[in-house]
Amino acid sequence: MAIASDAPKDFRLSMLIYDTRFRAFTIQVIVLILVLLSAAWLVNNTIVNLAAKDKDIDFGFLSARAGYDIGQALIPYTNDSSHFRAAMVGLVNTLVLAFIGCVFATILGVTAGVLRLSNNWIVARLMTVYVEMFRNIPLLLWIILAYVILSETLPTTADFRKSAALIADGQPPIATMSFGGTVALTNQGLNVPAPFFARGLGFLNIGDLALSLSFLAVAAVVAVSIFVNMRVLRSARVIQEATGDRPVTWWKSLLILLGPVALMCIAMGLSFELPVMGKFNFAGGISIDHAFTAMLVALTLYTGAFIAEAVRAGIQAISRGQSEAAFALGLRPNRTMNLIILPQALRVIIPPLISQWLNLTKNTSLGIAVSYLDLRGTLGGITLNQTGRELECMLLMMLIYLVISLIISSLANMYNASMKLKER
Amino acid sequence: MAPTSIAFTRDTMLPPELPPSSQRGAVKWVRENLFSGVLNSILTVLALLAVFLIIKASLPWWLNSVWNASSLGECRAIVAASAGEGASGACWAMIRERWHQFIFGFYPRELWWRPTLAFGLLFVALAPVLYSGNARLNTLMVGIVGMVLVVVLFLLGTDMQHIGLVALLMAALTVVARFATAKLIYATLLYPFVGFFLLWGGSIWGPIGVIAGFGIMVLVYTLLQSRLGVVMATSTGFVVACIWWLAVQTTVTTALHSAIPLGLESIDSDQFGGFLLAFTIGVTSICISLPIGILLALGRRSDMFLIKTLCVGFIEFIRGVPLITMLFTASLLLQYFLPPQTNFDLILRVIILVTLFASAYIAEVIRGGLAALPRGQYEAADGLGLDYWQAQRLIIMPQALKISIPGIVSSFIGLFKDTTLVAFVGLMDPLKGVTTIVRADINWKGIYWEPYIFVGAIFFVVCFGMSRYSMYLEKKLKTDHR
Repeated sequence: MAIASDAPKDFRLSMLIYDTRFRAFTIQVIVLILVLLSAAWLVNNTIVNLAAKDKDIDFGFLSARAGYDIGQALIPYTNDSSHFRAAMVGLVNTLVLAFIGCVFATILGVTAGVLRLSNNWIVARLMTVYVEMFRNIPLLLWIILAYVILSETLPTTADFRKSAALIADGQPPIATMSFGGTVALTNQGLNVPAPFFARGLGFLNIGDLALSLSFLAVAAVVAVSIFVNMRVLRSARVIQEATGDRPVTWWKSLLILLGPVALMCIAMGLSFELPVMGKFNFAGGISIDHAFTAMLVALTLYTGAFIAEAVRAGIQAISRGQSEAAFALGLRPNRTMNLIILPQALRVIIPPLISQWLNLTKNTSLGIAVSYLDLRGTLGGITLNQTGRELECMLLMMLIYLVISLIISSLANMYNASMKLKER
Repeated sequence: MAPTSIAFTRDTMLPPELPPSSQRGAVKWVRENLFSGVLNSILTVLALLAVFLIIKASLPWWLNSVWNASSLGECRAIVAASAGEGASGACWAMIRERWHQFIFGFYPRELWWRPTLAFGLLFVALAPVLYSGNARLNTLMVGIVGMVLVVVLFLLGTDMQHIGLVALLMAALTVVARFATAKLIYATLLYPFVGFFLLWGGSIWGPIGVIAGFGIMVLVYTLLQSRLGVVMATSTGFVVACIWWLAVQTTVTTALHSAIPLGLESIDSDQFGGFLLAFTIGVTSICISLPIGILLALGRRSDMFLIKTLCVGFIEFIRGVPLITMLFTASLLLQYFLPPQTNFDLILRVIILVTLFASAYIAEVIRGGLAALPRGQYEAADGLGLDYWQAQRLIIMPQALKISIPGIVSSFIGLFKDTTLVAFVGLMDPLKGVTTIVRADINWKGIYWEPYIFVGAIFFVVCFGMSRYSMYLEKKLKTDHR
């Protein structure tokens, strides 16, 4: 009897299309040829176009002098630094905004998502209004609105100067500093107190990057405290499992978490430099640009709404039987939430949560609307316009965004793989 | 034994009593829903306080709205005169004066009937898709759209001649919807060309030439199908149509145009703006990205290594970069990748890249739907002897698409919201482009709540409507009994 996989005796060309044994091969060869042809066509066009414009592909511009200033530079940067350094400053700005935004958006989103399921009628309605409002209106609107309100309603620095004179005359001032005279909200930016250590440990210089040893020491102490606290909690759990009684730990935890850090700060002389009115502008303290604040506020509120939906969907995905079973076991509602619902809901919540973090990170590129100098503003903005190297700048920028995205999504995949239900 | 005397036996039921007053009516509802515990009571008080503060801050602003003024200064003077010095009031007079820029951009005033008609016809084109085969709903929708269209055109100040033509067209379409509902799908198929022609204008022979290309494709297919089979006939038809579009069409349409010059006044892309632009980009990209997304999703699940790799690479690349970089690619880099001296319209370039962007996201949503189908469905389709495309069309896709409706619609909503980003490549979107122009006007300098509330409200209505429709669709298509 003939077996289907026998090689055909008489091979006809039409079998390349109609015989399923060869069709996949034929299709792939055709696709490969088409892809190669179009790639060759694109590359050829690019070469011809570059030649016509008398340009070449050269990344040497990265080491040339940038020559522009960046308001918010968290690593040392002057306008004499290279374009590469400018791009790095932009990258750091992107990452800082993305990180802080993710933290705030997660806190807000989880709170709103849980509250939306609350039995409290008015709170649940308010959260629904919040979620629907932010999900259905473009992010760009929130960014621009936040920026416009901050920069058009707050008093100018001139108002603060005039207020000083008015107070001296015994008249009511037109602008005052908030929070007991520590924070100045002007239309230029937010001036907040800057922490510094009077008896600090000095700086560690790596290249031209100065790392504050004092902050490193504080961070190390915090890490050690958290570790010790975890040990305390674990020993409490061991005792609880052995005897059924849980030793009281909250005061130990509080002491361990706060004590060493507080002692350390006192020992190094932590104090705050307040912003004070200088000759033309506020001096001292840290000045936070409105572009950053507006981006942070808008990204937090917008992404928070999406995270709230993810959290709500995750909690609702857990079948009612689970909480009923927990109640039948005699667990109180908050124990039910912590021990039964959340561990199962997290499996559903985390993947969309990570994809929202990814979205937030990509949305930081909307900083262009308020001139926030992130990666797109420096490398894909000013550097691109100054050097005229569109191809190189865009390729580099896309590559960097792609790498960031791939890192975040590989984290998501690792989590998914580890949390997957173990089935046969 | 003597019967024991029973002191008291109840022989009638007591009438039921009402629950205690704390357990019924509004009191019970308030106790259960607002003050069921300490935490809940605190939350309620806080929420009420927040609502009160918001209303207290914004109510006077809404109540003191001014609708008739020619500048922000005049608005403030009117508010100060009517509500006292220092009172705040909204200045909707700005919207009253500039609404047409938010809606049409710089589209010439006497031609507003064209985008309006295109927008109305969009719903006619959608009717067979939304309510397939339902004669009553289709007729209702087309009829209502027709009536609204005539009223709107009248309000826009269109000349009677055009209103009459539109009324005739809509009446004819209503008749078609009533008596030949299935034929309405041809209106849907023709809509892309009609819409393009209405929006951009130019010679009528251009769109007809493009349609002719599709006609040639169908003709070649029907001629060759019996002799060469489906695959060869389709590819031959496609190649012939491509030859027509690329090499022959321009010559023929130019000749026809010089012989019979028919057409509408041509409109440049830089005259587009506002919600006209947002809808043009949004609707086109939504329509094209869905089929591309389906193909990409199928490709990603394909057994063929090369096709799978290409699809995965494309999807992951697009999803990994922000939309803004894609838009800048459209405005800065496309000129490098295309043959020298090709310089086509910026809106078209943006549409292409936005479509590619959206299709990658839709592909992922549909892949989720495909993965959620039980394997048995695929095996049953194979067992019935269906080939790949038959199985996809009859068994797999109807179920997978149904599962992915919420995801697809939320991608569409995201896409529509993202059309605002085209402002960064120099197009005049309603949010940044038009609002910046309005706010730069000396009369309206310093106005900020009103334009953003106006634009935000329109976006909200459209996006919220889409999400509600997806919920309705989900419920309508739900066939399992869980």
